[in-house]
Amino acid sequence: MSSDTQAQHSAIKLFFLLLALCLGVLFWGVSVGSAGFFKFGFVQSDPILASIVLDIRLPRTLGALCCGGLLGLSGALAQGLFRNPLADPYLLGSASGATLGVALALVAFRISPGSSDWLTRLGLTGAAFIGATAAVLLTLALARGFQHTLRLLLCGIVVGVLLGALCSLTLLLEPEVLQSMQIFMLGSTSYIGWNSVGLMFMGWLICVSISIALGLFLDGLSLGESTAISLGFNISPMRALLIVVLALAVGLSVAQTGLIGFVGLVSPHLVRSMVKVTHAHLLFLSSWMGAALLGVADILARCLIAPRELPVGVLTAVLGGGYLLWLMQKRQFSRAGGEL
Amino acid sequence: MNAICTQNLSVALAQSEILSGINLQIRKGAWTSIVGPNGSGKTTLLKALAGLLEHQGQVILPSFEATQKSRFQKAQHLAWMGQQETGGEDMSVYDVAMLGRIPYRSWLSAPTQEDHQCVKHALEMTHAWDLRTRALGELSGGERQRVLLARVLAVQSEIVLMDEPLSNLDPPHQVDWLNLVKELVSQNRTVISVLHEVSMALLSDELVVMDQGKILHQGLVNDRVTHQAIESVFDNRIQVQQVAGRWIALPKI
Repeated sequence: MSSDTQAQHSAIKLFFLLLALCLGVLFWGVSVGSAGFFKFGFVQSDPILASIVLDIRLPRTLGALCCGGLLGLSGALAQGLFRNPLADPYLLGSASGATLGVALALVAFRISPGSSDWLTRLGLTGAAFIGATAAVLLTLALARGFQHTLRLLLCGIVVGVLLGALCSLTLLLEPEVLQSMQIFMLGSTSYIGWNSVGLMFMGWLICVSISIALGLFLDGLSLGESTAISLGFNISPMRALLIVVLALAVGLSVAQTGLIGFVGLVSPHLVRSMVKVTHAHLLFLSSWMGAALLGVADILARCLIAPRELPVGVLTAVLGGGYLLWLMQKRQFSRAGGEL
Repeated sequence: MNAICTQNLSVALAQSEILSGINLQIRKGAWTSIVGPNGSGKTTLLKALAGLLEHQGQVILPSFEATQKSRFQKAQHLAWMGQQETGGEDMSVYDVAMLGRIPYRSWLSAPTQEDHQCVKHALEMTHAWDLRTRALGELSGGERQRVLLARVLAVQSEIVLMDEPLSNLDPPHQVDWLNLVKELVSQNRTVISVLHEVSMALLSDELVVMDQGKILHQGLVNDRVTHQAIESVFDNRIQVQQVAGRWIALPKI
């Protein structure tokens, strides 16, 4: 009993830490930029500044947090679902599938990925969701199920490369879309408007609720399929539901911000290195960890080469890739590798 | 009274038949061990008994009316522990043992006081209570095995199926496991284990001797016929002898 409460205490502490970090990011995010630091008093007296803060900086920062939350959640979900510490929305091909979905939608309807129109956003999200689902199903079909973790990862990479190539081909054939897709492929938070924030937040609420409700199932799955069945779970429908949630989270984030890699992979690892918790808590904390990471990365992307800005996807790729390399040097990786 | 009966049980995996025509009666309140050479279908039989595999024929649990009850109620009645289960590396030992309480837990609610008590008791029974805050991935093979044993004990089921429960355990912990099984049996529970070590299996009440997906013999452990079946299934390379009132299998050199 003591161990249980102790773990719970550290989990609660971590949650408040991440919450504080996210709030800090929010505050910092609306004050930093080429129009200078804003002061609360000025916002009402200066309409231009008010517009910059309310229509550009605030939705962008909130959007980065929501998107990070979705990515962190999808990473933890993928790792639990596939019983593989290296699973990640990007390694399973679902992100490439989502991007292809968006590219095809753009070509078909001749719309800009930066459009902030409500229906356009919903349509792009739908296309990304379908693409992500199709990619996960394709990966699973090629890997012939969940059993072989190494085969699953390899198939995910193959599917990712394949769909990525299809996406490039689509864009080459439609040069007009190519330019607008470029920033999208690099991953950027700069075009997020209020509609995107609303979509991502609603989606996040749905995905987090379902995932946490099925946290006990992921716990049961952690010792293997047979153990989960022996504990009384009917695994196929639960797994199918979680794959849909995973695709929804990936689709939602990719449709609004493009390809932002490594946040999904790194967030659950960071949480697990700090606390030992069951899946319901892991999913929730990974989501907040993802939000904090992408929030900080967004601000860095805006500051590092100011007045220009880096696409945040480039930054997370560099930072996340570095983290993965560091992880490979550590014992944890050999443990994970031993299981592959 | 039987705990499990099978009627013409057959299992095919990837088009090849692993088990064929198994008719078994496992006695309630006794410890039955399944022995046989590698690849004779012991693990598959145990999984089929636990209802984890698609099979033909029937597996009947006479003391459990399966028709109206849920999967979780069945999981409360029968617990299964696999051979060298992997995964759960980042979970704490306590949380792993708590997995055994899943059949009793309702969605979204925290474990009850009773769940905590069962987990504590199970961890103490396998001498793993002191490990409770450690991550499963940090443990040695034997420590890990004790935690997985605690996981299956925490279910507090009438029937306990264990596949190679002694793997990685050192001799003192093997003796602990034997005492644990005796305790379960004294509470009128049924234990079925797949054992690699024939001498350990000879300490159980009944033996099921398997060869090439079929039951060669089922009988009491003291029965000379059972001993002959064991000797013949292992190509007469071992010999069952009595030492200090117990039966052991010695290699023929």
